[in-house]
Amino acid sequence: MTTLFYGVFKRDLALAFRQKAELAQPLLFLLIVITLFPIAVGPGPDILQRIGPGVIWVAAILASLLGMDRLFKEDFNDGSLEQMMLSGHPLYQLVLAKITAHWLVCFIPVLLLTPLFSILLNQTLTMAVALFLSLLLGTPLLSLMAAIAMGLTVGVPKGGLLPSLLMLPVLIPLLIFATSAVESAAMGLSYTPQLAVIGAMFLVALALAPLATVYALKVSQH
Amino acid sequence: MFMWLHQYAKTEAAYSLCNRLIPWFAAISMGCLVTGTVWGLLFAPSDYQQGDAFRIIYIHVPAAMLSMSTYIAMAVAALVGLVWQWRTAFMAMIAIAPVGAAVTFIALFTGAAWGKPMWGAWWVWDARLTSELILLFLYCGVIALYCAFDDKQQAGKAAGVMALVGVVNVPVIHFSVQWWNTLHQGATITRLDKPAIATQMLWPLLINIVGMAAFIFTISCVRLKNEIIRREQRRPWVQQLVHSNEAKNEL
Repeated sequence: MTTLFYGVFKRDLALAFRQKAELAQPLLFLLIVITLFPIAVGPGPDILQRIGPGVIWVAAILASLLGMDRLFKEDFNDGSLEQMMLSGHPLYQLVLAKITAHWLVCFIPVLLLTPLFSILLNQTLTMAVALFLSLLLGTPLLSLMAAIAMGLTVGVPKGGLLPSLLMLPVLIPLLIFATSAVESAAMGLSYTPQLAVIGAMFLVALALAPLATVYALKVSQH
Repeated sequence: MFMWLHQYAKTEAAYSLCNRLIPWFAAISMGCLVTGTVWGLLFAPSDYQQGDAFRIIYIHVPAAMLSMSTYIAMAVAALVGLVWQWRTAFMAMIAIAPVGAAVTFIALFTGAAWGKPMWGAWWVWDARLTSELILLFLYCGVIALYCAFDDKQQAGKAAGVMALVGVVNVPVIHFSVQWWNTLHQGATITRLDKPAIATQMLWPLLINIVGMAAFIFTISCVRLKNEIIRREQRRPWVQQLVHSNEAKNEL
């Protein structure tokens, strides 16, 4: 059972690390966006402090949209995804392993760089901690929803904008709660309620999103 | 329990059901919409605070409420299609989607027109407005995904999954005015105690809601009929229908 999970997981990680240039792309993109903002809105520390959490979150989402293609597209194109689905192993684990690998590759660098971004955008320590925690709980949710969106559109030749359109409904509540957590932290209030809501959304998605992804992939394989 | 429903999985049965229902619902919607709108716009008392500007409520509230109900109807059709593998349910889903999108747009547009005199701005980034806008995007997403596939069977399934995932947004819209303190006012009708609106103002509103619901149903049925004819054009019963229509036109 678990050997399947680890097998797919290790394979995906190995594949990702062999394309180092592609690996760095979303991160670089994130850095560019965050550098552009202070130039665009002016370097006033108050403004930066206020818009900082939102900017980092939106940039993280945009970066994830950039890296989303890697999830199923290549395996679908060279046919290995079809072979995996025909192998008779439980698809839930397979999909979960791929999502986990995707999250590690896409978002762990973002999480590691969040302290740097927080300093760049003049966040206080409590705000930075709240931002980090909201990203830690929220980004797996992004990966899970990306899996559904990619699974649905993997067979569409001119998919383009579709996956991001499909991810929107979940992004909005996530963004609202994540930024409100950081806002509460800025005012010195407790932000555990918002984190709890994000955590609840993550757990629901963890239980259901792989099922939806499996079904979506089956539809796409026709 | 739902066995009576299964006969309508056949496109022919669904088509004739639509034919039977359309006149009734068209009559109800015309009657209610005309009565409600005329009553609301001309005879209902004007608001002590907002004057006559409040009368847009008779379009705005029905559209906003039904934009969510229509989404739920679409999601139910998608669920039925995915669970029982009915092609007809997917046809119903895609028949409903553009109607829902139009209703959502009406709600947003009338909301903007109402917001300008009352709040002084066409658009406010308020929880309810934003989530309603997302609802519009959701409808667009379902339609876009459906159109992206050439194989309509596959398209229906994919769009169905999408419609079901989007259901999470419906409670967010409904409770947004309670969860966040927003500019948009709270629920006036759908709450358990006495409605927070005068009875003379309430009646035309309720009539309009019924009328709008019947109107959406009628349009959806017409669209479903079109969809069935387009998808089943090679079936004998459709060709028979076309021939009998042609014969009627020649007479």
